[in-house]
Amino acid sequence: MQNTQIPEYAIETKNIFIFYGAFPAVSEVNLKIEKQKITAIIGPSGCGKSTLLRAFNRMNDFVPSSYLTGKILLHGQNLYGKNIDPVEVRRKIGMVFQKPNPFPKSIYENISWGAKINGFKGNMDELVEQSLRDAALWGEVKDKLKKSAYELSGGQQQRLCIARAIAIQPDIILMDEPASALDPISTLRIEELMQELKKNYTIIIVTHNMQQAARVSDYTAMMMLEKDGSRSGTVIEYSETKRIFTNPKDRRTEDYVTGRFG
Amino acid sequence: MSQNYYPEGDSFRQSLSGRYRIANIWQALFLSALVIAVLSLVALLYNVIDGAFGYVAFEYKNDPSKFTAKPLDDLTRQELLDILKVNLSSGAYTKLDNEKPMQERSGSVLYTLVLERLIQIDTKQTWSMTDSILRSAEIKAEIAQKYPKAKLEFRSWLTPVFLTTPMSSKAEFAGVRTAILGSLWMVGIAILFALPIGIGAAIYLQEYANKNFINRVIQTNINNLAGVPSIVYGMLGLAIFVRALEPFTSGSMFGIMDSNGRTILSAGLTMGILVLPLIIINAQEAIKAVPDSLRQAAFGVGATRWQTTWHYVLPNALPGILTGSILAVSRAIGETAPLIIVGASTFISIDPSGPFSKFTALPIQIYQWTTRAQPEFHAIAASAIIVLLILLLTLNAAAVLLRNHVQRKY
Repeated sequence: MQNTQIPEYAIETKNIFIFYGAFPAVSEVNLKIEKQKITAIIGPSGCGKSTLLRAFNRMNDFVPSSYLTGKILLHGQNLYGKNIDPVEVRRKIGMVFQKPNPFPKSIYENISWGAKINGFKGNMDELVEQSLRDAALWGEVKDKLKKSAYELSGGQQQRLCIARAIAIQPDIILMDEPASALDPISTLRIEELMQELKKNYTIIIVTHNMQQAARVSDYTAMMMLEKDGSRSGTVIEYSETKRIFTNPKDRRTEDYVTGRFG
Repeated sequence: MSQNYYPEGDSFRQSLSGRYRIANIWQALFLSALVIAVLSLVALLYNVIDGAFGYVAFEYKNDPSKFTAKPLDDLTRQELLDILKVNLSSGAYTKLDNEKPMQERSGSVLYTLVLERLIQIDTKQTWSMTDSILRSAEIKAEIAQKYPKAKLEFRSWLTPVFLTTPMSSKAEFAGVRTAILGSLWMVGIAILFALPIGIGAAIYLQEYANKNFINRVIQTNINNLAGVPSIVYGMLGLAIFVRALEPFTSGSMFGIMDSNGRTILSAGLTMGILVLPLIIINAQEAIKAVPDSLRQAAFGVGATRWQTTWHYVLPNALPGILTGSILAVSRAIGETAPLIIVGASTFISIDPSGPFSKFTALPIQIYQWTTRAQPEFHAIAASAIIVLLILLLTLNAAAVLLRNHVQRKY
């Protein structure tokens, strides 16, 4: 995955369809994700937001009978190319999940494990400290690094998961409704953290929460089931967040963001 | 919505009491089910314990006064030794001395030898514990009349000596040492064989196998194998381990020439096959119960399938896997039918020395003793059942402790 030419976009999807068996869950998605920006994917339940997000780091590979047609380009290289190993993709594109899912290990090991298996050669203590600092968690946990991660609160656990993701220095961080299981204060902290992180990382976030998308994201992709009743989701509008929320082109987007649509 | 379709006041309370009545009937049914279960367990335990203790009436074939002037119980260790030396034939004495030097044997062992070899006990009649307690006077009168020379003694057939002496053709001097060792060897081999294979198969089926037709057939077959009668496994063990793999199971491949395929190894492997489906199914359930979010967390930081399995799935599934192995041990230690077919010896007085020894096991010993006509053998069979139950509980307790230890780490 090396390319000397500096690409314009962090990641691009070219006409992707994602199938579960014979049925396309996501159809015809063309997105150019901007570098060091936060891109939100919004839309009603069941429209394929998470499926699309998981396509970026090939998490859908674990769903039997799922496959993808089209291309997802990272640094000009197709992530679904023949000689691309999904493990390598996940090394480059980290993920934070809906429910905090720290490893049943110590706080320290939660960060160091990913680094270790990926052959990290630097100073592990420094990496752990830096990752926790970047995730705005260092001050709260620096005295209990050997304690189990399960002793942390939900919000702290989620920030630990973010620290774990950035410790392996990915190009892109995917977030699948990262605050939906958290209280408003923890949610706020995650949102503030995202603004810090976008200085170094490209972030793609799936969210159900319209206000959250409006607050945190720079770009927004609006997904919706296709009208023809095929139960297949697609991106109906993609542009700057401000535009999506103030002056959407598509009528369906307008209905959805103003709350006139289920 | 002015019409009210729900009963109010008295009619509601009436229907409510009807609902409670039905609830109470069900509750009573569940309670009686529990009572029946507990009662049958108590009956089982009572039956076993009842047989293992009680009065025994016996006569000395040779009067002790022939050997010593003192009462038997007052003899010192040295006096017992002298009695044996004087009265045993020199051949018999040398043979005993070769097995274990007489000087090193304890007083109680020498006492038993004097009873067994010289005085010789002839058991006339035994009674259950209940009879012995409730009909004590009657029994004494009966014995005084029927066998005037007989001694009556309240005896526990389960003694420390019973645990440490090998098999004997006389019930009074028989023990379960060889059977306990045989059972332990067999269960050990079965678990060593079945646990890695069972866990491996479960990992493959849960983590790697596609949901295709062949794997579904395999899964169904494993589920059904768990219910196959154990005697079928005995036939399998006989055909494969005792016969086909005889060079391996008899040890002749390794230069051990004095045995056939009917060894502890054959029995252990047969038991291993028997408990394999049990271990696979339990390990699969344990692996299935590991939350997917944990796998995703590991995959998310770039772990391979194997790293995820090794570092997170297996440690999380370990307590469940150990539960499965507890069930497997319980099953293996109590199974009798396959051992009979694989060829456990019913009479063997030498400790098993390794996987290629001939062997016997506790269930075999119990089965063999219960089929004997003499009542004293039924008493030692009851004692052996108690030993089997205690052994089973000990092994289970060890596995439970191990499981709790593993669980605490997470």
